Amino acid sequence: MRVKRIPNKETPKPDIKENFDLSKLDILIDSLKNKRGNLIPLLQGTQNLFGYLPRAAFERIAEKTDHQLSEMYGVASFYTQFRLNPVGKYIIKVCHGTACHVQNATAITEAIQEELNVEDGKTTSDNLFTLESVACLGCCSLAPVMMINNETYGKLTGKSCVKIIKEIIRKEKELNENIKP
Amino acid sequence: MEKTKIIVGLGSCGIAAGANKTYNKLLELKKSGKYKFELGKTSCIGMCYNEPLVEIVDSNGSIIYGNVDESRVENILNKHLLNNELKKDSVVYGNYFEGSDQSFLDDQVKIALRNCGYIDPENIEEAEAKGAYSAIKKIANDKLSQDQVIQEILDSGLRGRGGAGFPTGKKWQFAKMYQSDEKYVICNADEGDPGAFMDRSLLEGDPHTVIEGMLICAYSIAGTSGIIYCRAEYPLAIKRLNIAINQAREKAYLGKNIFGIKDFNFDIYVKEGAGAFVCGEETALIASIEGKRGMPTKRPPFPAESGLWNKPTNINNVETFSNIPWIISNGAKKFASYGTEKSKGTKVFALTGKIKHGGLVEVPMGITVHDIIYKLGGGIQENKKFKAVQLGGPSGGCIPASLDNTIIDYDSVNATGAIMGSGGMVVMDETTCMVDIARFFLSFTVKESCGKCTFCRIGTKRMLEILERICDGEGVDGDIEKLEELSIQIKENSLCGLGQTAPNPVLTTIKYFRNEYEAHIYDKKCPAKVCKKLITYKINEENCTGCTVCAKNCPVNAISGERKQIHFIDQDLCIHCGVCYTKCNFNAIDLL
Repeated sequence: MRVKRIPNKETPKPDIKENFDLSKLDILIDSLKNKRGNLIPLLQGTQNLFGYLPRAAFERIAEKTDHQLSEMYGVASFYTQFRLNPVGKYIIKVCHGTACHVQNATAITEAIQEELNVEDGKTTSDNLFTLESVACLGCCSLAPVMMINNETYGKLTGKSCVKIIKEIIRKEKELNENIKP
Repeated sequence: MEKTKIIVGLGSCGIAAGANKTYNKLLELKKSGKYKFELGKTSCIGMCYNEPLVEIVDSNGSIIYGNVDESRVENILNKHLLNNELKKDSVVYGNYFEGSDQSFLDDQVKIALRNCGYIDPENIEEAEAKGAYSAIKKIANDKLSQDQVIQEILDSGLRGRGGAGFPTGKKWQFAKMYQSDEKYVICNADEGDPGAFMDRSLLEGDPHTVIEGMLICAYSIAGTSGIIYCRAEYPLAIKRLNIAINQAREKAYLGKNIFGIKDFNFDIYVKEGAGAFVCGEETALIASIEGKRGMPTKRPPFPAESGLWNKPTNINNVETFSNIPWIISNGAKKFASYGTEKSKGTKVFALTGKIKHGGLVEVPMGITVHDIIYKLGGGIQENKKFKAVQLGGPSGGCIPASLDNTIIDYDSVNATGAIMGSGGMVVMDETTCMVDIARFFLSFTVKESCGKCTFCRIGTKRMLEILERICDGEGVDGDIEKLEELSIQIKENSLCGLGQTAPNPVLTTIKYFRNEYEAHIYDKKCPAKVCKKLITYKINEENCTGCTVCAKNCPVNAISGERKQIHFIDQDLCIHCGVCYTKCNFNAIDLL
């Protein structure tokens, strides 16, 4: 296990206003309402809309369909795809499949954890990155591999993955500066 | 003169290696007008280690260039198109010039992968030119009966390629037996086994063959609707499948009274998985399609009798379906001429890990482990010592180097304690710790156990705790025996394949690498130098330049030394975190 040099401060909870446009969700619910086995597509669609599954969405689905809240929570917590907490703008999925493990994927996760000061499965305090470990991305011959949003990066080293992340941070900064007058 | 065609391999692995950039560069160069060629796309040909791959086809024949990142595109075009000569050192395969990796493709027998990397997967015309949908048309034209088709599959000896190896023809016979107004054909594309990616490649590279395989199955068992249950982690496969399904619908290959067969109504849709390994088990997969938690249920009743929505259901794996059209077109005899007595045909393997030629290979059953690794795989990276190969993922086991003459067929592989599984082959060398590998697989099963059976839910957790202890140097006498005892109990008391096979990685590593377990427990040493807690870090006095990087980064200030003086690690303070080793630029930290 990696030892943290910086004392583990409580990361402040991201300040997210629970302000959702549930009308989009209503369209989704209406389109799937009468289909058999619609719960997983409903939750997948909801996550596509909001990036995660907010409580408000659960409640709205429960209101408009026959699904119980407990049933939905059971399904949402069973599958790794579903998230119950907000995520960052960039989701970093570090592959920990067998091939990546053999090629030292742990070093990739550790390097990112150190660079972003974020725990596995958590989001950075600026809401830019969420770090996740996933089972297998199916690009085993390029191990170790990570995926940032929909882009896959292969044959990584601790140094090269940090470089990729720094590049994203740099671009984000540029973007922010351009927005400001 | 024939027009020159340039084709870029755009499978997931190619794209990860930068093939999209290569493609865009080619597009840009084409627009410049300097070169004349047609630009095309294909998917993965299996040579993942040489990605991005670019094929140039002209009147001379075809040449495949490897490792063509965008910076090398122009150079190759200049030579090949303008000067009419080959850039020989970059050729990996050619049909009029021998490339560096000629034997990698020539030594394979491609049945399931026959079109992967040879067609544009988003173009149904190209697929049809290579024979897609000709098998189902043959069935319609020759008026083969359902039983005749099933008999052909039975005669071919095809066994399920998803892992268990159940005869496909038999499965279809059962499914046909049960009468119902609705009957489902499900394609299991929930390829969760870490280290296996043949199903992804098949779906991305040749989706029409999978669709045709499902059509033939639907015809034989009177299936009414088809579902492809695909992992959500494979967005490209899902995209290409949906394109292919729409194209098939437009051509009336899916729909009502298709192929002129009266009352043959069949359509397919893609169902995205939500990330659960256990959903590869057929009853769990059905539960997942029904929108429930993916937990396996008791069999019987088998899905053939009562599956999805309590209707008869037939489930086969992607690779199994891919073999079907070929068997109908070429005959069961031809298929059965490949392979061994009880395992017919070919099998696709995903070669990964510490191997030179990582990628996809399709070989006849009966080939030895040694031949796959050294002939096709090109041997071990950096010519290190081959230690073991892991077959079958979390349900499988390790075959040690000493058994590398093991023949690859269902029964011979089972005899070693491993299983064929879906065909993931992770090659390990002397720097891989077998206890760590067992721990890795157990941590996977612990995460993926659905929690239904006590022994699988709690037993695997207890095993993982023991393995973690051993890796941390806190193993005690009796741990190995305790692992073995728990293994037997978990195997005997779990409902589904996940639990029944979860202990396999531990059992096989104990069987073949007991000395490594003992070294961890009694000598507190990790022979492969992977388990950090068991490594002693020492400064190499010859290499140390006194740069102070290690001392600055040590989290517990265990390293002392003046600038430009040889440093020293205080073993009493060292917490074995390995930071000094990763930070040192001069190879001056020895692992003991």
